[in-house]
Amino acid sequence: MRYSAFSVFLNALRGNKGWQPAWRSPVPKNHYDVIIVGGGGHGLATAYYLAKEFGITNVAVLEKGYIGSGNVGRNTTIIRSNYLLQGNNPFYELSMKLWEGLEQDFNFNAMVSQRGVLNLYHSDAQRDAYTRRGNAMRLHGVDAELLDRNTVRQMLPFLDFDNARFPIQGALMQKRGGTVRHDAVAWGYARGADSRGVDIIQNCEVTGIRREHGRVTGVETSQGFIGCGKLALAAAGNSTVVADMVDMKLPIESHVLQAFVSEGLKPFIDNVVTFGAGHFYVSQSDKGGLVFGGDIDGYNSYAQRGNLATVEHVAEAGIAMIPALSRVRVLRSWGGVMDMSMDGSPIIDRTHIDNLYLNAGWCYGGFKATPASGFCYAHLIAGNQPHETATAFRLDRFSRGRMIDEKGVGSQPNLH
Amino acid sequence: MASLIACPHCGPRPKEEFTVKGDAAIARPAADAGEDAWYAYVYLRDNPRGRHKEYWHHTSGCRRWLVVERDTVTHVVYAVLDASAQGETA
Repeated sequence: MRYSAFSVFLNALRGNKGWQPAWRSPVPKNHYDVIIVGGGGHGLATAYYLAKEFGITNVAVLEKGYIGSGNVGRNTTIIRSNYLLQGNNPFYELSMKLWEGLEQDFNFNAMVSQRGVLNLYHSDAQRDAYTRRGNAMRLHGVDAELLDRNTVRQMLPFLDFDNARFPIQGALMQKRGGTVRHDAVAWGYARGADSRGVDIIQNCEVTGIRREHGRVTGVETSQGFIGCGKLALAAAGNSTVVADMVDMKLPIESHVLQAFVSEGLKPFIDNVVTFGAGHFYVSQSDKGGLVFGGDIDGYNSYAQRGNLATVEHVAEAGIAMIPALSRVRVLRSWGGVMDMSMDGSPIIDRTHIDNLYLNAGWCYGGFKATPASGFCYAHLIAGNQPHETATAFRLDRFSRGRMIDEKGVGSQPNLH
Repeated sequence: MASLIACPHCGPRPKEEFTVKGDAAIARPAADAGEDAWYAYVYLRDNPRGRHKEYWHHTSGCRRWLVVERDTVTHVVYAVLDASAQGETA
């Protein structure tokens, strides 16, 4: 059923008894042309674009939990394309363009809200760095504006402009950035893929990968063996666990990142705002809760929960930026497992096995990349050629010295 | 993560005193070991879901390098040794 205002009206008249599940719960077939390991945002988007753009519909998405239980439901919902480097910027801008048309495209209300992302700067040097990044964005055709202190003060009067250590001098703004309702992204892609024939199989954990003559023939799962023509990994924080099944060692460590939401408040933060003197980013959801986060906890972890020390650190950074937060009560916090790569940038590539594909290393920037990641991965799986915006995300870039290190901290994953 | 790390020199200390360096299995190759060995040393890490040995530096304590063996799912700490006791230094 196509969703529309009319369908809502009609179903209301019929007592809302006509709604169908948004996707099926199929029994896995014996064989698929493509199996995608991981039913997160990226895996579902890949299946959706494989079916819609590349006509490959004999596809299964295997998810060990339920749809939306992983990082796609565990982030701070921010979208932006304010990247500096050549290898990243066109890719994230493709993602932004896909976000802009996404709801019409997959006929699902994802609450895409381009409310603007502001990165605050606190020193002359930081202003210069942001100017450089803004110019790089504009050269790539992406919108960027450098705001001075008074303009920011008019927009966000509650910030601590005269903080003794980190006075706010201004901000780099990307107006087209914003937030998206993350669960709806998973559901919308799942529904769109399912309606085109993709099987979404939940509670189906991959436990092994079967190979013959140097090719993958299928996967062992908690629901038995399933054969495939091509196998596409999109397992996020568990990427190295799955890669281990084919003796592939990845330049990735798994770390836990926490996020938080406060009690509902009257509207006061209209944009997404990030602190330039510490790691803190905040927006206000349509329900009124402040959604915010900070750094990863800093140690390898597969536990979807974090540590109190990081909670304290995030709260301190938040209060340094917005003193009024000091009496806000936190409603919930949660943790997600991030596949932290050695240069802070992702991998969308083929592997040493002919019909095995890899999508990993998203660090904690995966959510905003969901549409482009799915699109580019589907492009790679369908035609064996990387999409033109994703040619730099190679698995061998580390050994070739072609890192994409936005932050410039080197191969220390817990610093990215 | 456990809140306390039992430093062999200082006793149980809050884990915020420590800096995590990561995988303790990597060993620095010889200078002429070749590109593959150096690539592996710089970029590849063990990332097990379960028991893992890591270098931790007691930055705000004795400033010794330690090897912490712990579980990356349950966060249980099994053992903490001085790195030199393992015959290695970071």
